[in-house]
Amino acid sequence: MRPAPARSAFLGMLRRDLLIAWRSPVEVLHPLVFFVIVVTLFRLGSGPGQHALAALGPGVLWMAALLATLLGLDALFRSDFEDGSLEQILASPAPLPLLVAAKVLAHWLVAGLPLLILSPLLAIALGLPDAALPVLLLSLALGSPVLSLVGAIGVALTVGLRRGGTLVALLVLPLYIPVLVFGTQAVTAAGAGLPPTGALYMLSALLVLAAVLSPPAAAAALRISLD
Amino acid sequence: MRTPFNHLAAPMHFYRWGARLVPWLGACTVVLLALGWWGGLVLAPPDYQQGDGFRIIYVHVPSAWMSLFVYVVMAGAGAVALIWRVKLAEVLMAASAPLGAWFTFLALATGSIWGKPMWGTYWVWDARLTSELILLFLYLGVIALLAANEDRRRASRAAAVLALVGVVNVPIIHFSVQWWSTLHQGPSVGSFGAPSIHSSMLVPLLVSALAFKCYYLTVLIMRARCEIVERERNSAWVREMLPR
Amino acid sequence: MPARHATAPGAQTAVLEAHRLTCFRGGRMLFRDLDLSVAAGEMLEIHGPNGSGKTTLLRVLCALTEAESGEVRWRGRPLRGQRESYLASLRYVGHQDGVKLALSVRENLEVAARLGGGSGTESAIHRFGLEAVAETPARALSAGQRRRTALARLLLGPAPLWLLDEPFTALDDDGARLMQELLARQVEAGGAVLLSTHRPLAAGSAGHRRLELGR
Repeated sequence: MRPAPARSAFLGMLRRDLLIAWRSPVEVLHPLVFFVIVVTLFRLGSGPGQHALAALGPGVLWMAALLATLLGLDALFRSDFEDGSLEQILASPAPLPLLVAAKVLAHWLVAGLPLLILSPLLAIALGLPDAALPVLLLSLALGSPVLSLVGAIGVALTVGLRRGGTLVALLVLPLYIPVLVFGTQAVTAAGAGLPPTGALYMLSALLVLAAVLSPPAAAAALRISLD
Repeated sequence: MRTPFNHLAAPMHFYRWGARLVPWLGACTVVLLALGWWGGLVLAPPDYQQGDGFRIIYVHVPSAWMSLFVYVVMAGAGAVALIWRVKLAEVLMAASAPLGAWFTFLALATGSIWGKPMWGTYWVWDARLTSELILLFLYLGVIALLAANEDRRRASRAAAVLALVGVVNVPIIHFSVQWWSTLHQGPSVGSFGAPSIHSSMLVPLLVSALAFKCYYLTVLIMRARCEIVERERNSAWVREMLPR
Repeated sequence: MPARHATAPGAQTAVLEAHRLTCFRGGRMLFRDLDLSVAAGEMLEIHGPNGSGKTTLLRVLCALTEAESGEVRWRGRPLRGQRESYLASLRYVGHQDGVKLALSVRENLEVAARLGGGSGTESAIHRFGLEAVAETPARALSAGQRRRTALARLLLGPAPLWLLDEPFTALDDDGARLMQELLARQVEAGGAVLLSTHRPLAAGSAGHRRLELGR
């Protein structure tokens, strides 16, 4: 038997995960609803005034996006682990980092992209200046894939463990700090009429770095977790 | 595949050599620490701005240096463990994590004690202190992952991956925090490690730093020996050694 | 514990060999210094009580788990360094089915074909008698039908080595008969089979050996 062509395996994996998500749309909605609720709670927790929130708005949106991503990520490998599909994936001749990349991409399309689409609405609700909206979208477009990619490593490390869920947060949240800093910075700068380019460049650099390093790291982590 | 050397001999030899090294390293630690602290706490003159308050650097600075040093050692040992499957490297990595976390905690605690008279508050979101705090989180992640897995080998290999991911991130995190603090606060408030430090203050500092290194090595070997016995409890040499 | 051997007398043609494998699980030793080899056209049955390490042994042989010590060789060379080409030459059906419940039988097999580089989904469905449920989500299938779906992966293109963990679990008599037939055909075609099972297969053919674990 010849080894699977890498492209075919990648697309097969992507299609599989998208199909599974399509068949259980309610689960896809969880992080999205979580995102809206967290933003609402922040708004309610910061008192009825508007002034404090204008400064906090970008941070609130980014924090909510970050937590929503983290919540959704736990599903990335867990069901595959429980039904034995993960074993099949690891025993397949296709390059594992590529399959991990396909899974992360599918997950981002299902969980990250909707956050992106929803975020301008919430930004308006939080009173962010209009000038900040395109930058918010751009920063989330660059930053939220980084969250998914880095989070995948954490999920892969804890997939066989019983208390995996809370542990993932502990492992991954410190690694999210640069994305949070640059993402918030970009939006804040744009809102204040300053050029957001520096922070956006940083986010782009993080995205490139994460896209290159995270799939092999997550693949190694999966092999260890299933050992 | 593992060679017989990696497989059996290295942990066993390390266990025996370690026993001989520990007293010497321990003695070095005590002597160097006594010398460094005598020089720093007694001989060195008070700082013209900070008075005697600066003397906390003889704990703070070595701890801060060690916190980063141990993380790099941990990641290096993790890489060796993952690439060459050296069991001893797994053990050294796992044994380093709590020590590094302890140094980090010490650096944070002394930093905030020093900060009270200098800044008027125990905590400011200064770039260095914040980075140090995040480093502590990274250590806690590694420790939590080590504790969560019942299989020690799997646990240390998973933690090795995390330590490597962390070591790539440490400079990025530090850079991002610096970026953040300069945008928010202006230039950071006066911090440790002034460029021009008089030799009467510097020499004791370096001696203390050396003492901390010796302390790390001593405790690392002690912890690693414990870990080796627990891991190799099924092997012939441990069974022979242990009282029945 | 003495070393156990399951090596054929004239094993020059062995495709898969294991030398002095030792495995621990949770600090408990499963087996020590285990030797085995399977040649092309040979079937090795692994027997043993629950907890004797059958599943672990199979996972070691398909490079999912690393043995504490020892070595696995494929066509005379260690697995390390040729993982991808080795995995391309084997079909593994594990203890768990690895069937996605949200996907239909056909979709499950199509994914497996994509990942494994095989083809022939339709004939595999036909051979295992799954035509009637081919479009049904696996969630609605019985345990035996899911097992059939998992086993149908074996037919997605020829593979020189089959590693099967309890393939007969949940199969009805028809399914078990079909599986026996497929095993015989794989061996006749010059393939090697390594399987763990509770029920001893009807032995008789020359290339049919047994390995007892946990004695």
